[in-house]
Amino acid sequence: MPARPTRITNSIRALRFAHGEMTQAQLAELIGVTRQTIIAIEQSRYSPSLEVAFQIARVFQVPLDAVFQYPGGAAS
Amino acid sequence: MTYEEKGTWVYLVACTAAYAVYLTIIIARLASTSAGDVSYVAVLLWTTAASILASVIGRTLVESARPSDSRRADVRDRDIYRLGEYASRWFVAAGAGAALIMAMARWDYFWIANVLYLGFVLWAVAGSVVRLVAYRRGV
Repeated sequence: MPARPTRITNSIRALRFAHGEMTQAQLAELIGVTRQTIIAIEQSRYSPSLEVAFQIARVFQVPLDAVFQYPGGAAS
Repeated sequence: MTYEEKGTWVYLVACTAAYAVYLTIIIARLASTSAGDVSYVAVLLWTTAASILASVIGRTLVESARPSDSRRADVRDRDIYRLGEYASRWFVAAGAGAALIMAMARWDYFWIANVLYLGFVLWAVAGSVVRLVAYRRGV
């Protein structure tokens, strides 16, 4: 298992399944990135830009913090 | 594997192979000729041109064998590209700095050209390796 370079976690996989079992390829197509980028984001191997993060949240029609979470205290 | 990651692999192999061929030929010539008299310019130009051609052909062949979902670089590809450039740029600066010092010390053109070439090769190789690690382990 590769190391996680980011502490940001996400619920993309769960959200995809909750939205008609959307595939990674379909989500990638909707936000204009490659399928490998979706895989990397889901596995916390890539922190997306704020713009991509908002695009993902918009696809699922949920607030940003329903997609991405940052564990620990506010300043940690 | 994305189109850009495959291209990075091809570029790394082409650059490394071309420089290995160049070194093999030049070292063989150095065995029988002094550095000042070694004919290196044509070999340097031909191996550089061959590496560019091999990158283009190799990328086409790899893409034919294993087509990518998309040939367009996305935001992650661009981030990883920048990371590779940032991490490897020091080799070009080091090569240029070394060449400057060697020119001021009146070294032979052969050594100056070769230290510059080495700087460019290390820049290409280090940049590619950093990018491939970033693709595999994350950024």
